[in-house]
Amino acid sequence: MSRIGVAFDKARADGRAVLVGCMPAGFPTVEGSIAAMKAMVEAGVAVIEVEIPYSDPVMDGPVIQRASDIALAGGVRTADTLRIIEAVAATGAQVVTMTYWNPIERYGVDAFARDLAAAGGTGLITPDLIPDEADEWLAASDAYGLDRTFLVSPSSTDARLRMTVEHCRGFVYATAVMGVTGARAQTSQAAPILVSRLREVTDLPVGVGLGVGTGTQAGTVAGYADGVIVGSALVRCVLDAPDESAGLAALRTLSAELADGVRNPVR
Amino acid sequence: MSADAPAGQLPDAAGHFGRFGGRFVPEALVAALDELDAAYRKAMTDDEFLAEFDALLRDYAGTPSLLYAARRFSTEVGARVLLKREDLNHTGAHKVRNVLGQALLTRRMGKTRVIAETGAGQHGVATATAAALFDLECVVYMGEVDTERQALNVARMRMLGATVVPVTTGSRTLKDAMNEAMRDWVANVDNTHYLIGTAAGPHPFPEMVRDFVRGIGVEARQQCLDLTGGLPDAVAACVGGGSNALGIFHAFVPDAGVRLYGFEAGGEGVETGRHAASITGGSAGVLHGTRTYVLQDEDGQTIESHSISAGLDYPGVGPEHAWLHDSGRATYQPVTDDEAMAAFELLCRTEGIIPAIESAHALAGARRIAPQLAAELGREPVIVVNLSGRGDKDVHTAGEYFGILDKE
Repeated sequence: MSRIGVAFDKARADGRAVLVGCMPAGFPTVEGSIAAMKAMVEAGVAVIEVEIPYSDPVMDGPVIQRASDIALAGGVRTADTLRIIEAVAATGAQVVTMTYWNPIERYGVDAFARDLAAAGGTGLITPDLIPDEADEWLAASDAYGLDRTFLVSPSSTDARLRMTVEHCRGFVYATAVMGVTGARAQTSQAAPILVSRLREVTDLPVGVGLGVGTGTQAGTVAGYADGVIVGSALVRCVLDAPDESAGLAALRTLSAELADGVRNPVR
Repeated sequence: MSADAPAGQLPDAAGHFGRFGGRFVPEALVAALDELDAAYRKAMTDDEFLAEFDALLRDYAGTPSLLYAARRFSTEVGARVLLKREDLNHTGAHKVRNVLGQALLTRRMGKTRVIAETGAGQHGVATATAAALFDLECVVYMGEVDTERQALNVARMRMLGATVVPVTTGSRTLKDAMNEAMRDWVANVDNTHYLIGTAAGPHPFPEMVRDFVRGIGVEARQQCLDLTGGLPDAVAACVGGGSNALGIFHAFVPDAGVRLYGFEAGGEGVETGRHAASITGGSAGVLHGTRTYVLQDEDGQTIESHSISAGLDYPGVGPEHAWLHDSGRATYQPVTDDEAMAAFELLCRTEGIIPAIESAHALAGARRIAPQLAAELGREPVIVVNLSGRGDKDVHTAGEYFGILDKE
């Protein structure tokens, strides 16, 4: 039983992919991040990925690092993230949380799962937690009915792909390139190969992330994946804007372009 | 590598030391860590590898290092102090043992590029040295703040052919350099080995680095037997990431009568919050791929560490130390900047040896425990201190601390 599965089922029925848009919680402020996420929802982003800012984000490129630093410098706390999730979930959008592991361990794994479920979050994407170390999270996510998205990579062996998808619920996150988050000029050659390897071992929806930043790229990825995950390109809209309203306007424009892309898969 | 590790010791096959250690990494790195683990295990039972490593340690690094009875220093502190002279190794510290081991493995894995993180620059210089010797491309990540503080070491690395990349993210110090090296590794893992400089990071690094440096303790144990006819009462070492301490502790772990003391960087005092004492002043958490003691706030965000010694200025510690602490086999205490600098000066003046400020923390610790041990044992205790590095790199810092630099 998956919380986020509904979004993927609906998209599948409509012949499109799910657009997942990422934004760090508390960037540029707590209220500012809620406004940004709501703008993304209104412009057609189906699933909001709320990233808990962390001091040492090793899977993130410079754009999300900077946004996370700004959020932390502004004093955002893990409890604020839960409040943001609640506010965004109240719009009817699906909310998934992306987090490095230490903030969750510090909060208490079971307590966080309980509070996340209560806030209306669907589950966690865990970039530095692999199933091998996840016993506590497996138990807590079962207890509160939360989804678990682990990452797979072009370098994952077939055995690890199989093991990882067995521990996922909701969807699996395929990292399109060997590298960190950040928009790239060209879409990945490795991603379609990784997705077809995943199709051999699972019926789970597959989300593809890392490097997608335009509507055209979103359409290309939607041609072979069930979900298109965009982070840095959206964050940059806010980061580069001269003021809040310009940031929201840029965010709406890009979100609409990406939403258009996933509705027109290039097959 | 002349002595085998005692059987039945930790970590387990997945790299856990009790509740510590393991692998908290992006999946993209798992294949590389598995490859490294396999190469390392094969190497440790391969006579050819072990012979080559032994020869390099002897002919290039200059080991075994001396165990020197520091008589005048001993008189001052009230214990028979034996200094394990790792400061006399090529490149001036114990670190050369680790980089030679990992460089040999890099070549065996067919990789052509090494990357490293460095704080003060010592591990960067050691890595650049091994890269020059083995003809490997070398990129060293160093916090921008540290490149300014340690301009001479930046020049050293460049002379040795390395590229030094100043890191401008986060606090722009060692932990951020480590983040950046991880990001590089995720992107270039096909041809690149990440040559981690201490017994921390994801499995198998803590175990592997320990095994490459454990010769320190194997040598010291035998040298102490030869010199005194018995084992020491205590072994003392400084602990940042903790490789020099594990290196000298490991061979003594089965010797129940030998007390093991790790001295952390207490900075301006643990109570001030400005320190780098992860075990004394931190809590269990996950940082840089492993579960260990970490300096962190209530939300699990890493807190910046502070120490006069750049080499100890790190907000985490190797997971085996976390376990040795929990199990009670080793005792960890903080030593403040001032205590370390007093011991630094004492060694200079009594023995004519300028220690690394890191190692001065171990000397200060030995000075603290000497009267306690003497009272307990009813005789002069024998303390082996790991003099893990030489102080040439610290002359400017120490000169400023003591106010003895001539004004321009």
